[in-house]
Amino acid sequence: MATATTSPERQSFIGKLSTLFYLHPRLTLAALLGPPLVWLGVVYLGSLFMLVAQSFFHLDSFSGKVVREFTLATYGDLLSQFENYNIVVRTAGMAAAVTLAAALLAFPIAYYMARYASPRLKALLYLAVLIPLWSNYLVRVYAWKIILAKEGILGWFLTVLHLDFALDALLKLPVIGGPSLSNSLIGMFLVFLYVWLPYMILPIQAALERVPKSLLEASGDLGAKPGETFRHVILPLIFPGVVAGSIFTFSLTLGDFIIPTAFGTSQFFIGMAVYVYQGTSGNVPLAAAFTIVPILIMAIYLSFAKRLGAFDAL
Amino acid sequence: MRSKPANPDAAPRAPLGLRLAAIGSILFLHLPFVVILLYSFTTDEQTFTFPLPGFTIAWFGEAWNRVDLWSALGLSLRVALGATIVAIVLGTLAAAAVHNSRFFGRDTVSFLVVLPIALPGIVTGIALRSALSTMDIPFTFWTIVVGHATFCIVTVYNNVIARLRRTSGSLIEASMDLGANAFQTFRYVILPSIATALLAGGMLAFALSFDEIIVTTFTAGQQATLPIWIFSQLTKPRDRPVTNVVAVLVVLIMAIPILLANRLTEESSSHSA
Repeated sequence: MATATTSPERQSFIGKLSTLFYLHPRLTLAALLGPPLVWLGVVYLGSLFMLVAQSFFHLDSFSGKVVREFTLATYGDLLSQFENYNIVVRTAGMAAAVTLAAALLAFPIAYYMARYASPRLKALLYLAVLIPLWSNYLVRVYAWKIILAKEGILGWFLTVLHLDFALDALLKLPVIGGPSLSNSLIGMFLVFLYVWLPYMILPIQAALERVPKSLLEASGDLGAKPGETFRHVILPLIFPGVVAGSIFTFSLTLGDFIIPTAFGTSQFFIGMAVYVYQGTSGNVPLAAAFTIVPILIMAIYLSFAKRLGAFDAL
Repeated sequence: MRSKPANPDAAPRAPLGLRLAAIGSILFLHLPFVVILLYSFTTDEQTFTFPLPGFTIAWFGEAWNRVDLWSALGLSLRVALGATIVAIVLGTLAAAAVHNSRFFGRDTVSFLVVLPIALPGIVTGIALRSALSTMDIPFTFWTIVVGHATFCIVTVYNNVIARLRRTSGSLIEASMDLGANAFQTFRYVILPSIATALLAGGMLAFALSFDEIIVTTFTAGQQATLPIWIFSQLTKPRDRPVTNVVAVLVVLIMAIPILLANRLTEESSSHSA
């Protein structure tokens, strides 16, 4: 090749190296796989190992330093405080509610995209779902700070529509209510739903694309009403897609601490607790032990998801 | 697909309820961006009053003169660049290895690449924080880059491996048969065919890093990236009008790599179809 004008000895070295790799495919594999495996294995798995290790250390309450000796004291602290159980239940409940609402909200747009949209419109809608997913997460959260503020745009609209009494009634509800939408679990739920919705739309749409139209026609021809076709034909076929989407919405809600910090009441969520323990309190062992909780929840969730065929739907 | 006039599977018209619901969710996804744009022009400094009491463009000038913003933006861009370079190198190597050979633990590699983004961000964050704390490593620019690169590898890996699967292996064999060595084959055959996939993966990695807050809060210490700056305003609002402007600018800046990456992957998939 005319382009390969390297000096003879250099060429021969590269040539030799090239031949060496060609003759020893295992060597090629090692050369390719080595750097990424070292990075992920040492940096990432190593860190995860340190996380587990830290959870077996404990913080000396007098010196404020981490004592690096094996102890179960940190787990004892974690399990002995009743509030911690509330935090886990509250977070998992929020994650479940967000996941369910996202699935309900995602279905119509996904169904429209898969079945009715022209190719051009479908590409446009796909982009319309993808752009929020990739846009700056914090900016999207900030937008809701503006929208949900007491004097803000949502409150104004509800007042104009004379629906402000309904909002007040909603906010008076125990547990999920609060002084304003911004400072209530309802508001937090809305923000979570908003930021994770695209993660649910895309897998459901992909699953719907794979449902053959002939099946729906057959169901209709055999006398099924649209609702029955949905329940007995569409839903079972797209369920793995829904579960695939739910992995994202559930996991992302479980580990988030930005939204619970910016919205809601002063009640803790798992992410917030971890953030506060490692930051203000400097208690990395307790933060590490608490992080084991979402890992366990996700491990259980993923094993169920796998059984439901969610990984083939990703 | 594109050349066909209409989707043959498409029914003529969707029921009204479905159309309304679809329009509703698109509005739900996009109206917040309109709200942000609107508020960047408000004269209101203390609250988020609606309707806006007045319009001004003064806050754009104000934001331009903020030194803390420029340094946060600079740090975010440098971190994103560093993380993207690492992700491109490691993601491409991993994709090539998994694509080229069958070996024991091949699935584990794909799993390992996805894991940092599949686990809740807080797990990756506190894991890195634990490692730094255990080994007494101080927080620096590099601790942020290492954290970001770890979860950015997946975007490059996914794009490159998808492209490699569509690239014909006979091209590589032909190149070798014609006497090119492995490096020449990589430079003149493989690289051109995966170039757009690399670019798309790289841009998504850049976007992912530029955007990231959760892992960053655990690896940055006192340093402020742009997302950390916005987060501090979210919890303790001191400069509401400037934050509104920053929000608009961040959305506009980020739209470029995302649209470009989408364009690149779209073109290549229509080539193969």
